Amino acid sequence: MTTISQSMAPGQLTAGRLPKVVVPALLAGAALLGLAISLLVGGGNLALAAALAYIIFLIAVEVSARIVEGARQAADRRATSMIVGAFVLALLPLGSVTWEALSKGAARFDLTFFTYSMRNVVGEGGGALHAITGTLWVTGMATLISVPIGLMTAVYLSEYGAKNRLAKAITFFVDVMTGVPSIVAGLFAYALMTLIIGPNTGFGFAGSVALSVLMIPVVVRSSEELLRLVPNELREAAYALGVPKWLTITRVVIPTAISGIVSGVILAVARVIGETAPLLVAAGFTASLNNNLFANPMMTLPVFVYDSYAHPGVDVQVYLDRAWAGALTLIAIVMLLNLIGRLVARRFAPKTGN
Amino acid sequence: MGKRIEVTDLNVYYGDFRAVEDVSITIEAKSVTAFIGPSGCGKSTFLRTLNRMHEVIPGARVEGEVLLDGENLYGPGVDPVRVRRHIGMVFQRPNPFPTMSIKENVLAGINLNNRRMPGSEKDDLAEQALKGANLWEEVKNRLNKPGASLSGGQQQRLCIARAIAMEPEVLLMDEPASALDPISTLAIEDLMNELKQQYTIVIVTHNMQQAARVSDVTAFFNIAGAGAPGRLIESGPTEKIFSAPDVKATEDYISGRFG
Amino acid sequence: MSTTTAPVDSDTSPSSAADPRRFGDRIFSGLAAASGIMILVILAMVAAFLLVEGGPALFADPAKLISEGYGEFASWVAPYAFGTVWAAVLALLMAVPVSIGIALFITHYAPRRMAAPLGYLIDLLAAVPSVVFGLWGAELLAPSVRVFYVWLNENLGFIPLFDGKVSGTGRTILTAAVVLAVMVLPIITSLSREVFLQTPRLHEEAALALGATRWEMIKMAVLPFARPGLVAAIMLGLGRALGETMAVTMVLSGGKNITFEILTSDNPNTIAATIAQNFPEAFGLKTNQLIAAGLVLFAITLAVNTIARWIVSRRAEYSGAN
Repeated sequence: MTTISQSMAPGQLTAGRLPKVVVPALLAGAALLGLAISLLVGGGNLALAAALAYIIFLIAVEVSARIVEGARQAADRRATSMIVGAFVLALLPLGSVTWEALSKGAARFDLTFFTYSMRNVVGEGGGALHAITGTLWVTGMATLISVPIGLMTAVYLSEYGAKNRLAKAITFFVDVMTGVPSIVAGLFAYALMTLIIGPNTGFGFAGSVALSVLMIPVVVRSSEELLRLVPNELREAAYALGVPKWLTITRVVIPTAISGIVSGVILAVARVIGETAPLLVAAGFTASLNNNLFANPMMTLPVFVYDSYAHPGVDVQVYLDRAWAGALTLIAIVMLLNLIGRLVARRFAPKTGN
Repeated sequence: MGKRIEVTDLNVYYGDFRAVEDVSITIEAKSVTAFIGPSGCGKSTFLRTLNRMHEVIPGARVEGEVLLDGENLYGPGVDPVRVRRHIGMVFQRPNPFPTMSIKENVLAGINLNNRRMPGSEKDDLAEQALKGANLWEEVKNRLNKPGASLSGGQQQRLCIARAIAMEPEVLLMDEPASALDPISTLAIEDLMNELKQQYTIVIVTHNMQQAARVSDVTAFFNIAGAGAPGRLIESGPTEKIFSAPDVKATEDYISGRFG
Repeated sequence: MSTTTAPVDSDTSPSSAADPRRFGDRIFSGLAAASGIMILVILAMVAAFLLVEGGPALFADPAKLISEGYGEFASWVAPYAFGTVWAAVLALLMAVPVSIGIALFITHYAPRRMAAPLGYLIDLLAAVPSVVFGLWGAELLAPSVRVFYVWLNENLGFIPLFDGKVSGTGRTILTAAVVLAVMVLPIITSLSREVFLQTPRLHEEAALALGATRWEMIKMAVLPFARPGLVAAIMLGLGRALGETMAVTMVLSGGKNITFEILTSDNPNTIAATIAQNFPEAFGLKTNQLIAAGLVLFAITLAVNTIARWIVSRRAEYSGAN
């Protein structure tokens, strides 16, 4: 260290640096200035104030960095400001949606909402019981269809396929299936049922078929990835004990990966439980409780939210309140499923030794 | 228990590539036979053909004959799954099933094959196998703990217990101590001396001292060069191979001149 | 030979002709293959049934479509197809820079310990159901952005995009695109994050060792490496934006005008939203026509996604990733 610094002219390693307090100070100043301008021009609009403050901050940092540190450092600081800004910007809608759902949904997030359907309700009151049970039926059925097909396909790809042509084709078309727009899945289910039973106004099972089209590729992808993570040594250990391949898969490979597979399925359910468009087309609308998947339209929570919003009665606010309460319920369900999924993955992962 | 293996003119292929060429050897019952040789000489591949575990690798196939007390393992109608119940295997790295307890690991061969057995008989079998693998004293109070909670050396003995609980005639060991510390290695070596009272043991090892210590017969494998198939150079009583081998290459390898 | 030497008792001998367990093997592998084939069949059915049910509208006499349907097919679907692509492109113009910024923030700027929780926060956006975003966009976003639209129109009205008479409700294609942007943002972010994390550490350290600032290092080492992956991420986001239904259905007051003006009340609707709005009341040939429109949407998204996958696979070949 000492020899190096002796051999070099002093100051070669130091350059003009902005003191650490400058950036926070500029930020605070820009915020105040933005608020002031917004009060003068825009009547105190907070969004305007934030936007102005950000622009003023960018300019101030640019100018001060350019003077003290030079162009390269100024570019670096500009990039940092913009990248951090992008992240903060993305948090705005997240915070806003959560806040809106909580504040507006709270109005009707009551016992009536969870114990009544909309049968014979025209104005106030009524609830989403029929939609909640419908969502459970339709999504439950979709899970029953998707998990066996999805899991067995994943087994084929990871245990039997060995990169043969069928496996390659399946992998490609699973990718294609991931990209099928949700409303197209709904149209497919409708068209399928029309061909089987003729024109209809939708029923629960058709909705399950539509959701399965969206869910199967998600299940295949996550399960395949997890099956591939099971060490080959475990398969060999089982084979060496004279265990046939199918028992090795069902008793060793799948149990080893089961926590991840379950977690993947829960996340897939969370993804499709909020789907609206396919159910709008395939499962239809109703105001009444319907526990039969195979006859008559079945209401679901997302469609309930859409219907309350799009087709309000005379007192619009009553319907909007119900829509927001439905939205809050839906968010709560999805978040809960996400949480459970992640907990399952973490909590029940098999303990590997060494 | 303990059967004799006779191999005649065995060739192993991976696709078009010949990995092992023309191996003929007789492995005596109730003895320890060690396969030694440089890396890539085909000794592990050859070991796997003795219980048809090579078939797990796509594209691998075998020509030739392996007789287990006169019965050809590659004869028509022979089920590789059944072969493996008679010829057990222990791998390089301990691989207990992570979802199973110690006891379940020992009984895995029974349970996974859905073989019916009364609970008390299972307990006895687990105890016998763990005693056979010199592990009983260390784990008898925690049989329901996960197998992965044991140390590496204990895990490897657990895998041996798991293999002998199937009551095989032959036990194949693919470098069973290479991932273990010296003390655990010693425990495994002692165990082999006891096991050969009952079983025919074949071990692949990189460690020549180990081969000298544990084996009755040693077989030396070698390759002529990269891409060439592995061949059996010579085999014979361990003292003879280590003191006066017939082939120069064996002597060079054993004295540490290459490999 | 084995028939003579094999002992009869199958439990002491390795050879045995009829073992029920081998039967289990055949059943199980057959089931696995059948499931995989089932997926191919389902996808084929999706295409086939859409053709069967949409076909009557595609091949119907235009006069009949005008009297019983929504009008001649090509001229009816054209504005919606335009609206679909236009809204998705606008959404991407907003989402892409922000997503890449977020991904860079998480991978290269945020403290290491924070990376995973921050990523989870962004993933939460993807978990919000589309109908909730639709409600939010229609009820909160549209009314509050109108002021801004008026300002844009007054001050930047000379740019054709901002020309025209500003919508009184704020439910313009730009608002719909903002909601779409929020919805595709987590998708593009998470894919970009993966790509950025794959940048060879050595390249980054080499750039820093040359005295580059952090931003210069990102420009020199990270972005060039990530470019094909980013293109694929953007294409997948585009595929999602093209097919998204509810947000547009609820936010946009859509019509059938092909226009690039984004602040007026005269907006082209998207295919998905048109289907969602009209399907519940449609019957006969109208239903067929809506399904045919769905087929057009399917074709557009399929093309976009296929291009994206192709880029990904090409990249995998030369980068050795995965």
